[in-house]
This record gives sequence, C-alpha cells and structure tokens, in this order.
Amino acid sequence: MVGVGQFDIDLFLRILPDLAFGAFVTLELTSLSILFGLIIGSIAGLARVSKNRIFFGISTLYVEIIRGTPLLVQILIIYFGLPAIGINLRPEPAGIIALSVCSGAYIAEIVRAGIQSVPLGQMEAARSLGMSYLQSMRYIIFPQAFRNILPALGNEFIALLKDSSLLSVISIVELTRVGRQIVNTTFNAWTPFLGVALFYLMMTIPLSRLVTYSQKRIGTYEMK
Amino acid sequence: MIKFIKHPPNLFPMKYLLEIQGLYKKFGDIEVLKDINLSVERGEVVVIIGPSGSGKSTLLRCINRLEEPTAGKIFLDGIDITDKKVDINKIRQRIGMVFQQFNLFTHLTALQNVMLAPVKIKKIKKDEAERNAIKLLEKVGLGDQIHKYPAQLSGGQQQRVAIARALAMNPEVMLFDEVTSALDPELVKEVLDVMKQLARDGMTMIVVTHEMGFAREVGDRLIFMDEGVIVEEGEPIEIFRNPKNPRTKKFLSVIL
Repeated sequence: MVGVGQFDIDLFLRILPDLAFGAFVTLELTSLSILFGLIIGSIAGLARVSKNRIFFGISTLYVEIIRGTPLLVQILIIYFGLPAIGINLRPEPAGIIALSVCSGAYIAEIVRAGIQSVPLGQMEAARSLGMSYLQSMRYIIFPQAFRNILPALGNEFIALLKDSSLLSVISIVELTRVGRQIVNTTFNAWTPFLGVALFYLMMTIPLSRLVTYSQKRIGTYEMK
Repeated sequence: MIKFIKHPPNLFPMKYLLEIQGLYKKFGDIEVLKDINLSVERGEVVVIIGPSGSGKSTLLRCINRLEEPTAGKIFLDGIDITDKKVDINKIRQRIGMVFQQFNLFTHLTALQNVMLAPVKIKKIKKDEAERNAIKLLEKVGLGDQIHKYPAQLSGGQQQRVAIARALAMNPEVMLFDEVTSALDPELVKEVLDVMKQLARDGMTMIVVTHEMGFAREVGDRLIFMDEGVIVEEGEPIEIFRNPKNPRTKKFLSVIL
C-alpha cells in the first residue's frame, strides 16, 4: 500500500513552478475555448429554436454528432486526421478548435434551454412594440436567458477545464502533460500526479463555489 | 395636464383609423374567427365582450398580427397590414398592446421598460426618451417607482407600467387584452382609471374586457362576440338595457 507518508515534500516543492505553469496553460486553453464555444453555442442554440428547417437541421446534426462521440476521438480526428485532407494544424490551435467545437455543442443545448425558459409573453411584448425577431432576442430574450443559464455555463466551464487534460495526448504541455513529464524524469508517480490533481482542484473548487453563489443570487432575484 | 397622445395632424385622414374586412382565423381545423367586419373611428373606444373562447383575444391579436389572419384584410389608416410586403414592425409601432399577464421585461426597471423601444427602435435620444418615460410613468401614477423591477411591483402597478410602455411608442390605437383579469380585485380600479383618462384624452382604444362598468362608462360602442362571430353591436347602454339577440341576453343575464 502506498500511503501519504511516501509523499515527497521536497520533490513537490521543486515541481511547484512547473505545475503552476501547466495550470496556467490549462486555464488559458480552457478560457479561449469557452469563449469560442460561447460564440458557436449561441449561434447554434439560436438555430436550435429557429423555425427555419435548414438552420434547425444543421444545428441539430452538429449537436448530435459532437455529443455522441468522445472528446478524445474528436481531438484525435482534428489533430491526426485532418492532415489527410490537407489541413495541418499545430497542437495548440488543434486543441483549442477541438475544445471549442465540443463545448459549443453542449453550450448550444444550454442556450436553447435558456431561451425556452423565458416565457413566450416576453417575445410577444417585444414584438408588439415593433421590435424585429432579432432585436427581441438581443434586448429581451438573451439577457434573461443568460441570467438563467449562468450556473449551467459555469458548470460547463468546469467540465471543459477537466476535459482539457485530454489535450496532453497531442503533446500540448498543459497541467496533465507537465505531470507526466515529471513522472518520466523522476520515476515517482505518486507525488507529481497528486500535485496535478491538487492544481485542478485549486481551479475547480473556487469556480464551483462561484456557480453556487450565482445560483443563490438568481434565486433571490426571482423572489423579490 | 400632460396629454397622452401627440400626433402630427393628418391632412388627409381616412374616415376609419382601423378597418377589418372579412377576417377569418383558423387554428388547424378549428375556425376561431368567422367573417369579422369592424370599422373603428379615430378616438373611438370599442369594447368587446363575450364568453371565453369566443375569439375576442384572437381578434385583438390579429390586429397587430401576433396571430396571422387566415383570410381577410385589416387596414390601418388605409394601409393593408395583412399585405406580406408591409413592414409589420413599423405597423406595430403604431399599435400599442397591453396584455393580461403584463409581460413586463423582468430584467429591466420600470423606467427601462418604458424607454427601451423608443431608444432602440425609434432611435430617440436617451435623455429625451427618459424624460418622456418619466412623464408617462408619472401620468399613470408611478412617478415614485420608476427604478423598481417588475418583481418589486404589485400587479396593478405592473399593468400601469405596461400601459406606459405601450404609450411610449406614441401609438395611434391601443389594444387591451383582458388587462384586469389577472389582477386582485382591489387593484382593478387603478388600472381602469388610467384607461378612462386615456379614453378622455382621445386615444382610439379596442378593449377586450369583463368589466361591464367600464364598458358602460367609457365605451362608445359595445361588441358582443360568441363562437367567432360578432353577434351584436351598438351603444353600450342600449345593449345592456335592451339586448336584441338571445345569445347576448343569455350572456348578460349570467354576468350582470
């Protein structure tokens, strides 16, 4: 049995800067991806509630394909597969594209649910004042939907942050990859990997506290 | 006293502000409106009553095309608004609507609710729109509540904000869709009082309501609808006193 007693404090302190660097890269990749994912997801989510069959069809296909395949496979296809059709991407762009496209599909469903959570009367009131469909969405529906889906978006960010560890397979030096490199050179798996987990927790716990807080705030806002 | 309405004088006014000709509306196989013909003069207050499911609300919602008419024509000041080529958003700016469930924008304060459409759609300057919005909110008796969110207001207050919001677009005709039906009884009067003042100021109004006192006092014309047709119309007092159609008689005997 391996116990905490075998945790190598000296090694841990020595690898701290490397882990911090890896965590920074992870946070950077995740933030960029969630940003692009939000843009993709907002458009796809809007298409998912559209009466236009083409928009609806394309967005539904996108969501189904992405949610029905593992993220790891998507990453492998984008990095190792796309060169077969002449698209060569460096690891970082490939990784960000994979995470963005994937989170976009999940965010699309969050956005769709958010839009549908706003009562129909809000749209009717906006239209009755002379706003176009898109103006109504922009000024009335989206702001209310966004408020409702903020906790779900926070959870998606946390999920994506953890999933970004899969990018280590295409040699992006993020937190998990840093851990593996240290293990390969020190032949000690226990301490570096515990350190990696600790750094993930240091990012996810504050985020999930923030999600809980925002949920409570929305609750009080509705009750007022 | 601030007047609710201020329009440039129309040099060649049509006789009727609103004309509905042969209007039909079907939901699937169900015919909700059957051959509705109705003309409304400028400044006229038309009150529509009738049992639930008689098509009153659908008629109102066809007038600003929240429901698409199945057949028939609707003219606003001579323009056929059922024509697919008209910009319905422009038309709707001229037709105010107030809903049973208020439908105030929950993420905006009372003031922002009233200001939003003039600023974003009519491109009116913010300070000017704000001054106008405050005037309207004062007019409906909410001058001290302008920074509150809908959830902080009573139903009657919310409905008065909704009226101010519709008026902020300076519409030529106002549609009221059972606007007091969702209110607690003690809050009905404050909303009706605002509507009465509006009528006195000369606003053209089409009012679907169950408030017979309001119909009698303010209505220039009363319309009784049942099963998708206009059964009887005339002076409110005359119809209340002496309904001619048996269906009108039966309806009035139940609710009066």
